[in-house]
Amino acid sequence: MSQASAIFTNVGERTNVTGSARFKRLIMEGDYETALEVAREQVESGAQVIDINMDEAMLDSKAAMVKFLNLIASEPEISRVPIMVDSSKWEVIESGLKCIQGKAIVNSISLKEGIEPFVHQAKIIKRFGAAVVVMAFDETGQAETADRKFEICQRSYRILVDELGFPPEDIIFDPNIFAVATGIEEHDNYAVEFIEGTRRIKQNLPYCKVSGGVSNVSFSFRGNNPVREAIHSVFLYHAIQAGMDMGIVNAGQLAVYDDIPEELRNAVEDVILNRDAGAGERLVELAPKYSGMAQAEKVEDLEWRSWPVAKRLEHALVKGITEFIEEDTEECRISFDKPIEVIEGPLMDGMNVVGDLFGAGKMFLPQVVKSARVMKRAVAYLDPFIEAEKQDGQSAGKIVMATVKGDVHDIGKNIVGVVLQCNNYEVVDLGVMVPAEKILQTAIDTKADIIGLSGLITPSLDEMVHVAKEMKRRGFEIPLLIGGATTSKAHTAVKIEPQYDKGVIYVNNASRAVGVVSSLLSKTQKPDFLARIKDEYDVVRDQQARKKPRSKPISLDKARENALQLDFKNYTPPVPVKLGVTEFHDVSIATLRRYIDWTPFFMTWSLAGKYPRILKDDVVGEEAMKLFHDANVMLDELHAKGSLQPKGVIGLFPANRVSDDIEIYTDETRTERLDLACHLRQQTEKTGFANYCLADFVAPKGTADYLGAFAVTGGLEEDTLAEQFEQQQDDYNKIMVKAVADRLAEAFAEYLHEQVRKVFWGYAANEALSNDELIRENYQGIRPAPGYPACPEHTEKQKIWDLLDVEKRIGMKLTSSYAMWPGAAVSGWYFSHPDSKYFAVATIQEDQIEDYATRTNLTKEEAERWLSPNLGYDPEA
Amino acid sequence: MQNKSLQLRQALEKRILILDGAMGTMIQKHKLEEEDYRGERFKDWHVLVKGNNDLLSLTQPHIIAEIHRQYLAAGADIIETNTFNSTTTSMEDYDMASLSREINLESAKLARVVCDEVTAQDPNKPRYVAGVLGPTSKTCSISPDVNDPGYRNITFDKLVEAYVESTLALMEGGADLILIETIFDTLNAKAAAFAVEVAFEQAGRTLPVMISGTITDASGRTLSGQTTEAFYNSIRHIKPISIGLNCALGPDLLRPYVEELSRVCETFTSVHPNAGLPNEFGEYDLEADEMAKEIIDWGKEGFINIVGGCCGTTPEHIKAFATMLANIEPRKRPQIEPRMRLAGLEACNLN
Repeated sequence: MSQASAIFTNVGERTNVTGSARFKRLIMEGDYETALEVAREQVESGAQVIDINMDEAMLDSKAAMVKFLNLIASEPEISRVPIMVDSSKWEVIESGLKCIQGKAIVNSISLKEGIEPFVHQAKIIKRFGAAVVVMAFDETGQAETADRKFEICQRSYRILVDELGFPPEDIIFDPNIFAVATGIEEHDNYAVEFIEGTRRIKQNLPYCKVSGGVSNVSFSFRGNNPVREAIHSVFLYHAIQAGMDMGIVNAGQLAVYDDIPEELRNAVEDVILNRDAGAGERLVELAPKYSGMAQAEKVEDLEWRSWPVAKRLEHALVKGITEFIEEDTEECRISFDKPIEVIEGPLMDGMNVVGDLFGAGKMFLPQVVKSARVMKRAVAYLDPFIEAEKQDGQSAGKIVMATVKGDVHDIGKNIVGVVLQCNNYEVVDLGVMVPAEKILQTAIDTKADIIGLSGLITPSLDEMVHVAKEMKRRGFEIPLLIGGATTSKAHTAVKIEPQYDKGVIYVNNASRAVGVVSSLLSKTQKPDFLARIKDEYDVVRDQQARKKPRSKPISLDKARENALQLDFKNYTPPVPVKLGVTEFHDVSIATLRRYIDWTPFFMTWSLAGKYPRILKDDVVGEEAMKLFHDANVMLDELHAKGSLQPKGVIGLFPANRVSDDIEIYTDETRTERLDLACHLRQQTEKTGFANYCLADFVAPKGTADYLGAFAVTGGLEEDTLAEQFEQQQDDYNKIMVKAVADRLAEAFAEYLHEQVRKVFWGYAANEALSNDELIRENYQGIRPAPGYPACPEHTEKQKIWDLLDVEKRIGMKLTSSYAMWPGAAVSGWYFSHPDSKYFAVATIQEDQIEDYATRTNLTKEEAERWLSPNLGYDPEA
Repeated sequence: MQNKSLQLRQALEKRILILDGAMGTMIQKHKLEEEDYRGERFKDWHVLVKGNNDLLSLTQPHIIAEIHRQYLAAGADIIETNTFNSTTTSMEDYDMASLSREINLESAKLARVVCDEVTAQDPNKPRYVAGVLGPTSKTCSISPDVNDPGYRNITFDKLVEAYVESTLALMEGGADLILIETIFDTLNAKAAAFAVEVAFEQAGRTLPVMISGTITDASGRTLSGQTTEAFYNSIRHIKPISIGLNCALGPDLLRPYVEELSRVCETFTSVHPNAGLPNEFGEYDLEADEMAKEIIDWGKEGFINIVGGCCGTTPEHIKAFATMLANIEPRKRPQIEPRMRLAGLEACNLN
């Protein structure tokens, strides 16, 4: 139903005493606290509106409604969504409306008692500013045919809109959903009548909505949930196409249309669409065959439940099933002398199986992360018992892990942490932006066996060098692991390893981490292993030292002489349609997901292959499919709950090139300079090509040209969401939410760039590219990001922050190392020239560093530090 | 009277209208004592009344009239009646509920007289009286007892009753429009709006209504927890002439919400912020020039149609706004598409 969810509003139905036995019991017993929990769960599981109904003969409905609504007002987690006040008694509705500060929906009124009470009630509802559900019911009864449904709704609409001035967009019609396939011939056409009635209502009564209670339609098949779910799904499929836009639906009672077996789907479709007289009978005959569908699965499920407990634990770990883990763990605990033995015995045995399968490539990272989730639950369950016995947990070893100071990226580190924990290593995860001092102190305090550092941006490399130096100064003896996207064996060998002599090992991916750690913690293997690494790094260093520059360096003056010369005499740069800064606060996830480039998402999970091909890959296809599904479910949920809010800001400014810099002005007079964007020029000898510099793409003074800047994030809530999963020991979703946020940030950058080209700068108003073409960048103009090859110096981000007032407008921040917070973020410059293109500045020389330092007001040393990966000389020589 | 509404609407299309500044701040300058508040009429009243500023409309009418006059001279187009706490609900604090109607009536008359006097001097610039309905000292959505979150010390019906009485008196006294302001609980405001419609029905005529909510802290929410857009969705059904924000914050902190409101709101917008946040002595010390800077910028950005001041502002502030905004175009109202715009604490706009 994921496509439908965007256009279909789901009304929560569990806070309804007529529909939920549990809620009814809670209210009757006066247990309002638990009743509030029901409401909360409902909101948390994605209900966009909650229906509240207290119509029960044995209850003072009015008092119960008032009390419950007043209590809800004190629960921000519940009252953030709108309320549907549901009662057949007008006085209950009216009392309810007096307790609701937001804009609510009244459910319902109708012409059943004639026009007078209808008008009276509608007037009062209007005065409260509520929306209203109108039943297709009049003085002669409930409408069954499409004609009658339309006729009553039209009559109601005309009274409401024409006579009372009721806003038509605040009217919801409920044209009555009745059961089909009841065996009574007159009922056969009920679904068709509803769908047809809906179509006419939506076509003829502007702005109104259509809603209904979906479960009614399958009433004849109660007891047979698979068939009921199929009926709901098929019914909604057709009703939504006809215009139905809201409904009271139990999301758990809905099959995915495409997943319904074809035979069943056809039979259901025959019934819903009443294709022939025998359709109902055929479905009744077919139904028992599918009634077992769910049970059949359960039988399979249950079979492993009869295995010995150790085998069950192994199965749960391998399959990532958390459902029974606590009871199985408990069963084990009782049969062992000490709770710790459960971990050391069956649980570790199970994890070893997982480890072996993973090692043999028969399990994939996402599955391993799910296994870890099961393991964590089991361990969390045992913890209090172990604590009670005051028995020291014996782990295979302890690793302190951190993303270094100034950096916020931790997806990779989290994955390594999980994999290590799966192998019974104890991981102390210090999180992100951790200063060296804290990492080292924690290592001392916790008696760690190994320290692991991670980082994504280039300045983190220097911080890692710093940590290594500090370890040496403070006399550490334990090994240091280095990982993260910008780290490399070469950098580790050349820059870090020489600083610390007790072992520095570059770990290039999560699956290698376990091997490295186990070698380092084995007394017998460790010396050999370290010696081997040392030799390996000697070779790397040697190779690096002897590595000849691929092309000859030239002086900065020479490079400038060979600058790209664009012809600005015969080219007029496009004038932006809207100059200045624009914020984007409500671009929805629904919009952005169309722009997602999925390939890097699979790389995050160590699955190699290009999307969408990877989904059909022989080896990883099935796993990729599951990941893709889970990511989309998460996107649906983030969208429905609004729990992750993408934010962005762009700015377009008059600008001109001055040598290798770009002057950015306050306005078209180009007299007052707002900022100066400084760029670097390629400084190696070129034949047949220019020595590129981004500034060359902007016209020099005398020609009006422009420069843009942007900053976007998948959402400031990223870290909080990840923490919530962490608290639930759910590493899989913790990593997933970050991976998804990351994709949204990139998608947002792509979306905004398109908006800039088509609307704000407007030089490509008629551009129409597919997502694939967008990913391949088949468009005019570029959006290079500071810290990436065309403009590798990170501190330039500050200028984007100043120009766009990024932090104040959308809350994104820069760390001391100019990493962006939150981690799911992109920022950069916009260039419009058709010849602008991405390139790598690559190696630069001392003369350019000195020149650049002057232009940017950095000291030479600072410039060297920020550009250390690009230096073509040794600053310490 | 309908002409006056039309005139007001036309003026709003043409320029940014100026609302007056703080009444309380100006009264404080007179350093009035208990006996000044009591006057001759209430010299034996059984409850202390110092601080009951609205009572001054009866006991020191010349002071109130003078303050109105100063604001009008400073360039205010609209002045607010001295009735922020005049509802029966709030007057109960002084055991003066029975005087509610009289205070509302006299306050409106007072403002009317001064307003007409100034309009007569310059008929090309008609001035307007906004009859003020304050939030009352009780809230309909929040329990005063933390241990009993379901408890309320006021009901919707009681509030409606109080607001109907105030509105009828304000209308009778000559108010040109009704201003429901400093809303920190939207349910109170809905009661006020409900009451205003009842009063209009009883009086057989209607006035334009201005609505102004209060964002209480940097969370960007009203005291009762709503976001700016949720507040807007919850209150727009009465089709007010303007929706705005006032009080609690200074202009710097209020800016994002003014911008948000300007974006979502199809009516005219109003703002009357405080002169900054209170300093350690409880005084507001944002100077006129400084405050005007931000206000002018809102004008230039096209965020506002009506602007004035709340706590801490003086005729000096209002003069600065009026002078500097004189040639700035008012905000153009956006066309918003008809959508079901529901709200809990957050807005929920359905497709």
